[in-house]
Amino acid sequence: MTGTPKALANASPKTITFTFDGAPVTAEPGQSVAAALIAAGTRSWRTTRVEGRPRGVFCGIGVCFDCLAVVNGRPGQRACLVEARAGDVVTTQEGAGRDDLAC
Amino acid sequence: MTTSPADRSPVPAAEAAYDAVAYDVVVIGAGPAGLAAAASASAQGARVALVDAAALDGGQYWRHRAPQDGARHHDWAEYRRLRAALDGAAAAGRLDHLAGHAVWHAEPATDGGFTVHALCDGEAREVRGRALVVATGAYDRQLPFPGWTLPGVFAAGAVQALLKGHGVAAGKRIVVAGSGPFLLPVAAGLAEAGAEVVGVFEAGRPTAFARHPLVVARAAAKLAEGAGYLRTLRRHRVPYRMRTTVVAALGTDADGVTGARVARLDQQWRPVQGTERELACDTIAVGYGFTPQAEIPVQLGCAMAMDRDGSLVAVVDERQRSSVPGVFVAGEACGVGGAQLALAEGELAGLRSAEASIGARPNPRGLATLARRRASQRAFAAVLHEAYPVRPGWQRWLAADTVVCRCEEVTAGSIQRAVIDLGATDPRSTKLSARPGMGLCQGRVCGFATAALVAAHGGRRVTEQDLRGIAGRPIAQPVPLGVLAAGDTDEA
Repeated sequence: MTGTPKALANASPKTITFTFDGAPVTAEPGQSVAAALIAAGTRSWRTTRVEGRPRGVFCGIGVCFDCLAVVNGRPGQRACLVEARAGDVVTTQEGAGRDDLAC
Repeated sequence: MTTSPADRSPVPAAEAAYDAVAYDVVVIGAGPAGLAAAASASAQGARVALVDAAALDGGQYWRHRAPQDGARHHDWAEYRRLRAALDGAAAAGRLDHLAGHAVWHAEPATDGGFTVHALCDGEAREVRGRALVVATGAYDRQLPFPGWTLPGVFAAGAVQALLKGHGVAAGKRIVVAGSGPFLLPVAAGLAEAGAEVVGVFEAGRPTAFARHPLVVARAAAKLAEGAGYLRTLRRHRVPYRMRTTVVAALGTDADGVTGARVARLDQQWRPVQGTERELACDTIAVGYGFTPQAEIPVQLGCAMAMDRDGSLVAVVDERQRSSVPGVFVAGEACGVGGAQLALAEGELAGLRSAEASIGARPNPRGLATLARRRASQRAFAAVLHEAYPVRPGWQRWLAADTVVCRCEEVTAGSIQRAVIDLGATDPRSTKLSARPGMGLCQGRVCGFATAALVAAHGGRRVTEQDLRGIAGRPIAQPVPLGVLAAGDTDEA
């Protein structure tokens, strides 16, 4: 698990920490990756395939696929559905994340 | 066909090799309709699988964080009652709650029942049943507007899900806009959570209530709920403006939303020139009613219809039966009408699916009570649909470069060219030439708007055929190619 001493000190015993593009983010148990990122002030973590525009949560319930992120190396994960877990490594997704998104 | 529960080995749900089990009833969706269906079918003695994509049951309506959470929800006592009934059924070996199972396809099986294909943690699962209850619910219906792809613009349902499911306010200074009664609980929840709600902008002017005093009186509980939200908004000094909406989100890619342009609308929802105002905000929550999640009934070949709110819905009879024998539909998938209607329809679908699969006769008095509840709630839903119609003038707030399809970044101008220059006549042919609806969401978000734009450019009204062309999704969820390549294991 990574995290600055300050982030760890501020975290209540029940919170967990994951990283987003290398920086620590705290989450409450059961929170989605998207909810934790929004609570931390991050609004976008994907760029679109055609125009490279920033996107984050839109529908919030797994319907729109706007909030795709790379979670522990797997691209194309809907951040609004994926529960944040201690030690997760979340990174920005560019376009489809990789060519073999469907695999 | 008929087997009593006692004939079956009591396998604990966690270890059950449910792939090999033929359930009496498979319920898809664990919102109000699905929970009610699973509870009533299992109470009748049917062995039930409740299949749901989420980790916790409750659907969008009863979204909650942990089992003890949710006391502030409406009808939480009803949820607790259903949950207790389902826990009892599970303990008695009559119910398996398959959480975290995202259904991507349902089809008739060779034995006369159905096979439901789901993904759980990336693994393919099959759930088989004699009868099927489709209770897949709905999601926010959207109308595009300039800037709506900026980070900070959320579906109203997303804002609600973040708050109820994750304890997170989507922003600090929030504009709520769109149409329909759902905007009220969203705004009230935000205000109570400490966010500053700049205003609630309702595109419609709901006047139909005045013409239906009897129906409204019968559904007074629901209206009292609405009055409660309005009181909350007043207490927080949140303005509520009718026939006004957000016609553009302002901001940049780097900063996201920094403001909302709101305008008065005329009766047809055309923005009235000279009435635009710019409001500073960091978040816009928007929704124009709901779109039923209808792809499972479409996959199964169920007869569909365009409901009076313009949604594609499965046609059901008084027993909640679809046109396909053995397939029952309950809740929003057969007509948007809210949780109370979904509960009545779900309970009926549960009773009738148990009757169809194991021959358990429902109590006639119970049926009569349920039918009355359903009739009253349906009448109220019809009044709501009449009170909150989407008017065609919204197309006037689009610019040629306004994105309509968020996935494929297809603009209003491209859709117009596909129809006028390339001769596309319906949403399907438009999709083939301009790609709206071709992306990962498969037209769920832009389908309603695309259908409306294509029809308007062609000088005609949207038809059931248009909507069905968009809602046909043979694979309803992204599925790893390996799962598809593994092929049809039904015959194995």
